[in-house]
Amino acid sequence: MIVADKKPIEEIIQEIKDYQKILLLGCNECVTVCEAGGKKEVGILASALRMYFLNQGKEKLIDEITLERQCDHEYLEEIRDRIDSYDAVLSLACGVGVQFVADKYGSTPVYPGVNTCFLGATEKRGLWTERCQACGQCILANTAGICPISRCAKRILNGPCGGSTNGKCEISKDLDCAWQLIIDRLKAMNRMDDYEKLADIKDWSSDRAGGPRKVVREDVQE
Amino acid sequence: MSLKTESKLEKILASGNLAVTSECGPPRGSDPEAITEKANLIKDHVDAINITDNQTSVTRMCSLAACIRLKLMGLEPVLQMVTRDRNRIALQSDILGAASFDIHNMLCLSGDHQSFGDCASGQNVHDLDSMQLIQTVRRMRDEGKFIGGDEIKRPPKMFVGAAANPFADPFEIRVARLAKKVAAGAEFIQTQCIYNLDKFEKWMKGVRDRGLHEKVHILAGVTPFKSAGMARYMKNRVPGMDVPDAVVKRMADTPKEKQAQEGINICVESIQRLKEIDGVHGFHVMAIEWEEKVPEIVERAGLFPRPVI
Repeated sequence: MIVADKKPIEEIIQEIKDYQKILLLGCNECVTVCEAGGKKEVGILASALRMYFLNQGKEKLIDEITLERQCDHEYLEEIRDRIDSYDAVLSLACGVGVQFVADKYGSTPVYPGVNTCFLGATEKRGLWTERCQACGQCILANTAGICPISRCAKRILNGPCGGSTNGKCEISKDLDCAWQLIIDRLKAMNRMDDYEKLADIKDWSSDRAGGPRKVVREDVQE
Repeated sequence: MSLKTESKLEKILASGNLAVTSECGPPRGSDPEAITEKANLIKDHVDAINITDNQTSVTRMCSLAACIRLKLMGLEPVLQMVTRDRNRIALQSDILGAASFDIHNMLCLSGDHQSFGDCASGQNVHDLDSMQLIQTVRRMRDEGKFIGGDEIKRPPKMFVGAAANPFADPFEIRVARLAKKVAAGAEFIQTQCIYNLDKFEKWMKGVRDRGLHEKVHILAGVTPFKSAGMARYMKNRVPGMDVPDAVVKRMADTPKEKQAQEGINICVESIQRLKEIDGVHGFHVMAIEWEEKVPEIVERAGLFPRPVI
């Protein structure tokens, strides 16, 4: 899923302080799972903002809506008849949702309510870790199911580098060395011979480097 | 191994002599004398001088410009190139630039992570990794081809080196990793600083068992401690460094005013022991901001005078 983290409330206040009628727009997908922008977080943030502005002697209208998804026309259409009654939208979806709101409602100011962080997994409640950088050309078949592009600080395809110590990365003792994990897996699968296969120079054109990407699937288009 | 380049380092290694290299870190400024002064301190005692490439991710004068300064002095530079800061266009371009000044040696590295340096909030590139950089420069030299496949007019004639750290983890793949670098095309290796000689000997045995010592010239890396504090710092704070407790203790047990000399003694003793290891073809003496001690180390280790090729 897409993992996001809360923005500091001070930053959010700076974004919206000059508007009178504000819609806090949550999303029921990834940001709900990572507890950054779902219905619950929208409610908590709305209360905190109301309290802040009240203490400042400012009365603002702060409404709450949480959509099933903000990255889908169908669900985003649900607010069309109400959008013009707001001066601004604070979207607690990932950056995709924020932009989809902006695309669809051309004249309504929209602000991000979370920081979109990475594609990752829930290790346990309150701990999410990166697993994928969406490079567009998956190499996991060659790396024992562990991605050095997203999990090695130098995205080294032929690792580990000389900074791997006790299974940890040179940049932090809290960070596993991806290549240690790959080697552990290769050993567990009795595939250590694969370690010596040189990974070719990667074609990054399917990555961010190639410009904004598209997936076109004519077979499923209507 | 027949000669592939005009490199003096390659010639010395091919002749069977123990090679001696050292390194200079470029200045954090544009004063050329910062390089020439350091080079003058060591030039008669080493065969080639590495110029580091923004080591520890701290912004400095570029390695290529500093290497050109050495060439202008008639010295033999080893151009260090890290894959952290440049993509494949810039790397290949700099290789050609270096070759245009007849710089004949380069060392292919991934580089320390930028979080250690003065631009921790910067991007890193890592378009290629160090092994792919080795492959790239070998292909440029041997096939006269760019990564993209186009032909190079006057291909670069580089003697290609790489680093090896026998002390990083996991230890069990450290020989296999060297084999990979050799397969990628590395012709010489400069190792991480060696303080744990037992572990290094164990690694070298693994290297010999696979016959790698006959395919690549291994230069053993040594760095003298200036103080007990430096020994502790290297042990505890530098990633991938293995400093045994006994070595730290020996430095700490020495009176402060004699610690620098003791650091030199340890370094010389290490070289003497390393000389006995089959497959060690030379030494890379990294006297960090202490270049003036290189001549003493080289002389006391019995590596002086340097052969004339």
